[in-house]
Amino acid sequence: MDSDNLIKVEQLSRWYGPLRAVDDISFEVRRGEVLGFLGPNGAGKSTTMQILSGNLAPSAGRVLITGKDILDEPEAAKAALGYLPEQPPLYRELTVDEYLGYCARLNRIPREQRRGAVDRAKERCGLTEVGRRLIGNLSKGYQQRTGIAQAIIHSPAVVILDEPTVGLDPIQIREIRALIRELGGEHSVILSTHILPEVQAVCDRVQIIHRGHLVFSDTIDSLTRQQTVSSLRAGFRNPPPAAELARLPGVLEVEELGAGLVRLRFDPERDITDALLGRAMEAGWRPYELTPEIKTLEQIFVDITSRDTGTPHAVAEPQAQGEAA
Amino acid sequence: MIRAIAARELRSLFFSPLAWTMLAVVQVIVAYLFLAQVDFFLQIQPRLPQMPGAPGLTEIVVAPTFGSAALILLLVVPMLTMRLISDELRNQTLSLLFSAPVSMTEIILGKYCGVLGYLLIQLLLIALLPCALLLGGSLDVGILASGLLGLLLLLAGFAAVGLFMSTLTAQPVIAAISTFGVLLLLWIIDWSGAAGSKGASVFGYLSMLRHYESLLKGVFNSTDVVYYLLLIALFIILSIRRLDSYRLQH
Repeated sequence: MDSDNLIKVEQLSRWYGPLRAVDDISFEVRRGEVLGFLGPNGAGKSTTMQILSGNLAPSAGRVLITGKDILDEPEAAKAALGYLPEQPPLYRELTVDEYLGYCARLNRIPREQRRGAVDRAKERCGLTEVGRRLIGNLSKGYQQRTGIAQAIIHSPAVVILDEPTVGLDPIQIREIRALIRELGGEHSVILSTHILPEVQAVCDRVQIIHRGHLVFSDTIDSLTRQQTVSSLRAGFRNPPPAAELARLPGVLEVEELGAGLVRLRFDPERDITDALLGRAMEAGWRPYELTPEIKTLEQIFVDITSRDTGTPHAVAEPQAQGEAA
Repeated sequence: MIRAIAARELRSLFFSPLAWTMLAVVQVIVAYLFLAQVDFFLQIQPRLPQMPGAPGLTEIVVAPTFGSAALILLLVVPMLTMRLISDELRNQTLSLLFSAPVSMTEIILGKYCGVLGYLLIQLLLIALLPCALLLGGSLDVGILASGLLGLLLLLAGFAAVGLFMSTLTAQPVIAAISTFGVLLLLWIIDWSGAAGSKGASVFGYLSMLRHYESLLKGVFNSTDVVYYLLLIALFIILSIRRLDSYRLQH
């Protein structure tokens, strides 16, 4: 079981002078898992990515890539790693072919396999037609793709992508997302992004980091399954006073939206639908609409990051959940 | 791995007009100085046989030419080395090397070998000038070889200093100016201190010029060679440490 954890991060911290950019975070990523790493600007996302990729040494804690410590055995760990930083590391004076050939050499791909590796990476990232063009003359989207191609050229066990879809057009974004999903099949992928639908579209698990702390961690599945319904939108032809609705067991808050519509916020542990409908029939409120409002990732994100960070939040244990399920 | 990095460095140098321009400019100036020296030799040639222990063609032409070539390269090398690491820092391409299975030592040695490759080409072109004299005369091959070795060691020393300065800043121009400053200081450091004083001998040992001059005269002294090797090793080790520190706590 342990050998299947391709990335293991233990109590990682990083200070910049007095500033704690990353404060004591631990997590694991399993083989074939796509982990979405979310957080507002300056939350410590990129710092974490840089530490994971060996570009930055942690102040405390350690990082294991396929079981190899990135500081103690850097070469073994880095051989299993592909990294796309926020700013793709491109040499503008080289052509795409030359550049990818150089990356293949750097990643110690044997000479006879280099051509094949370059061709495969180009094909996967849709670069086949621009192989002979100078990187400096490519559009932002193609440069971004070249950056991704560089990260996957040696088929690393772990791929770390820092905002990979920035600057791409919608069609390219879809292609790149499909590529990430495909990568998730055989590799472990860590994806950092601002774009929430992207996380929902491609990730198996999501983590939110806020002011250096890991404040949320859950699988996308259980997110859509459990954590979702905590409010209902109800419409009545004959609306009752709000106070009466508030008396229903489990209702926490009633918000009147006008035209007979109300939003009922309730304790997610207790489903109020039956009670509400029963009461409505009894009292003749004539309900015509009842919509469970799904708590989206966006709401969770906003909830967590706009809260004060004075109190540490409980971090869901995804591993335990996964095994229990 | 060192070869891969060196090859890319050399290629990138020749993809920009900079390398070509510098090769051309240095060659033209050195060739002009060389011709002036040949001219001078032709003027005094009739009088030479009457002088006891007169200098030969090699002493009169080759040594001064190499001497001025060194001074020109002192101006040029900082402009070549300034981009080595600075450019990668500025364009944030260093992360490609940092996240590849390559050690810091390999990165620095790769970069160093790349620029050394360029300087070898430059040296070869300069060496062709005195070799042209072989068409009409004979040269003291020993002095020529020792002079070439001196120039090679000197350039290798320049490059090591330049490489280190380039790891210090993301601004190539600052790297170039500081390289130039350090090189010039090392060049003239023996001017300080009256001859015979204790300080003068230390500064004299530190001077790049002193060690180069004796090699130009054809005196192969292991002290001089060791001086350059130490200088190169020192700055390469400093560069490796510096590059490593980019990952560490600031």
